[in-house]
Amino acid sequence: MNHWIIAPVILPALLAPVIGFVMRYDIRLARIASLAGAVALLAIALGLVVQAAGGETQVYRLGDWPAPFGIVLVLDRLSALMVLLTALLGLLVLAHATATGWDDRGRHFHALFQFQLMGISGAFLTGDVFNLFVFFEILLIASYGLMIHGGGRDRMRAGLQYVVINLAGSTLFLFALGVLYASTGTLNIADLALRLQDIPLEDAALVRVAMMLLLVVFAVKAALFPVQFWLPGAYSNAPAPVAALFAIMTKVGAYSIIRIHTTVFGPGIEATDGLAFDWLFPAALITIAIGAAGVLGARRLMPLIAFAVLGSMGTLMLAVSVFAPAAMTAGLYYLVHSTFAAAALFLVADLVMAQRDGNDGLSTRAAIAQNGLMAALFFGAAIAMAGMPPLSGFLGKLLVMDALRAPGVIGWAWAAILVGSLVTIVGFARAGSVLFWKSTSLAPAPETGDAPLHQIERNAAGTAQVMPVLAMLGLLAALALFAGPLAGYLEATTGQLFDRAGYVAAVLGTNGGV
Amino acid sequence: MEMIVASAVGVLTAGGVYLVLRLRAFPVILGLAMLSYAVNVFLFAAGKLTTNMPPILSKYGEATYTDPLPQALVLTAIVISFGMTAVLVMVALASFLESDSDRINLGRSENAGLPVEPGQEDAQ
Repeated sequence: MNHWIIAPVILPALLAPVIGFVMRYDIRLARIASLAGAVALLAIALGLVVQAAGGETQVYRLGDWPAPFGIVLVLDRLSALMVLLTALLGLLVLAHATATGWDDRGRHFHALFQFQLMGISGAFLTGDVFNLFVFFEILLIASYGLMIHGGGRDRMRAGLQYVVINLAGSTLFLFALGVLYASTGTLNIADLALRLQDIPLEDAALVRVAMMLLLVVFAVKAALFPVQFWLPGAYSNAPAPVAALFAIMTKVGAYSIIRIHTTVFGPGIEATDGLAFDWLFPAALITIAIGAAGVLGARRLMPLIAFAVLGSMGTLMLAVSVFAPAAMTAGLYYLVHSTFAAAALFLVADLVMAQRDGNDGLSTRAAIAQNGLMAALFFGAAIAMAGMPPLSGFLGKLLVMDALRAPGVIGWAWAAILVGSLVTIVGFARAGSVLFWKSTSLAPAPETGDAPLHQIERNAAGTAQVMPVLAMLGLLAALALFAGPLAGYLEATTGQLFDRAGYVAAVLGTNGGV
Repeated sequence: MEMIVASAVGVLTAGGVYLVLRLRAFPVILGLAMLSYAVNVFLFAAGKLTTNMPPILSKYGEATYTDPLPQALVLTAIVISFGMTAVLVMVALASFLESDSDRINLGRSENAGLPVEPGQEDAQ
């Protein structure tokens, strides 16, 4: 057995209590430990991707119990890719939070951050549905702490709403697992895939109920209509670096739908065939519409970005909803892209807000100290998110549209993506011109003396604060530049994802006859 | 016995959903607690209802046993919901102290900083 598979879970799990208990009064020590942990996680994730690239589905049996009885972690191309995404995003967001001093505005930021990374990595690696629930709870309880980091009235209220909606979602998750266990007698993903293969159609009602319940639970996480309403409030009131990290949280929901509803309830299973598409497709369309309308109507920068995230989730789920290999490949490319685009936007917004005294209202005020730099960063991140060339958003949307060519799908999908993109571009253009352009035409504030100059010195973003955003924009450019090789890897990923027999055989250690 | 368990789950769930929909911190906390009780009983029932049976397969005696897996699942679920309820109470308390309001939904008031209009208050 390859013990590196569990390292992305073990490393933050061990590091977080040490940071929380030993380094709680020394922020510098905590920063060093946390950053070192994130770098180590990135190295491990890179190693796992190299191992998974061979195409073999590797299994880690906890306690060496054989598969359907014990809990297994499964490393394949998809989970390795997601862990790498988590590690990269985590490192950049952590660098930003450290450089801007966000981590010092409340207690235990670094410990919670590490627990969050542990939960996310675990959710991507696990091969057991109940274990997925446990990792969901770990990442959620860490996110509750991060969400209200720094405190404040609006943030606490948004945090309370966020906790309540997610607790309700967790309860629903348990109901779904109960139904699933009652109808199949197992919770191991590979074993479920095996048993659902030959479940008689007349006994399939409970399985369908379980599938729909799971779909709703994951849709809550992925913020799909009609359970998307929590996202704008939560993301726009969270600390900006935390909102940037949360860009991967919606992807946890998307990943769960990709994994469970392909491997377990996937195409070819008679009992649940086509059911996920019937619900996901319209939900994704409406999510795109809500996201675009929200971008156009937002009066503050943070809600604007939150609605843009919503729209990107709609586009992603549109690609996922058809459960076809080509569309899934496009969806995975868009997933990687939209994670970095959303995070980059939130980090830029944080830098802008820091220079506008924490105010993110879309109103014309005197130009900020580094107006040109901030405008350039915002422009880069915004065109990536809206889907304009030359960054990867354009390619991502192009791939998604190219894959959604089936009759009956093409009309709705293309219309939603194209109109949604146009409205999003208008919304971002309006926000950018109000924030950066119109402000230059205003006369400088009359009290330009020594004190405001000092103020500007203090607020100006240093190199360390701009670097994480630049790195993310660089990654987006790299995604576009190396789209060919990446698409090759993603195609192999999709191939592995749809190879249910291979997955079952690797996990259960037998040729399951699927 | 199936009738008792089923109606217990149903009543707890109905009560929980009703309380969560009150959208005020304390009823919502109670409602989520009731929902978690309901789901715990429900998980037990997922492993088929048997009484007075050991949760292990006896090598010598009868072949009947009660499924141990749901018990393990319920134990995990209880621990998690216990911790989550504690977090929820703390967040709700902090939110109430910060904003002088125990409403869950973010109404019009939250951005403008205006007091909640009398018409928005649901009659308690």
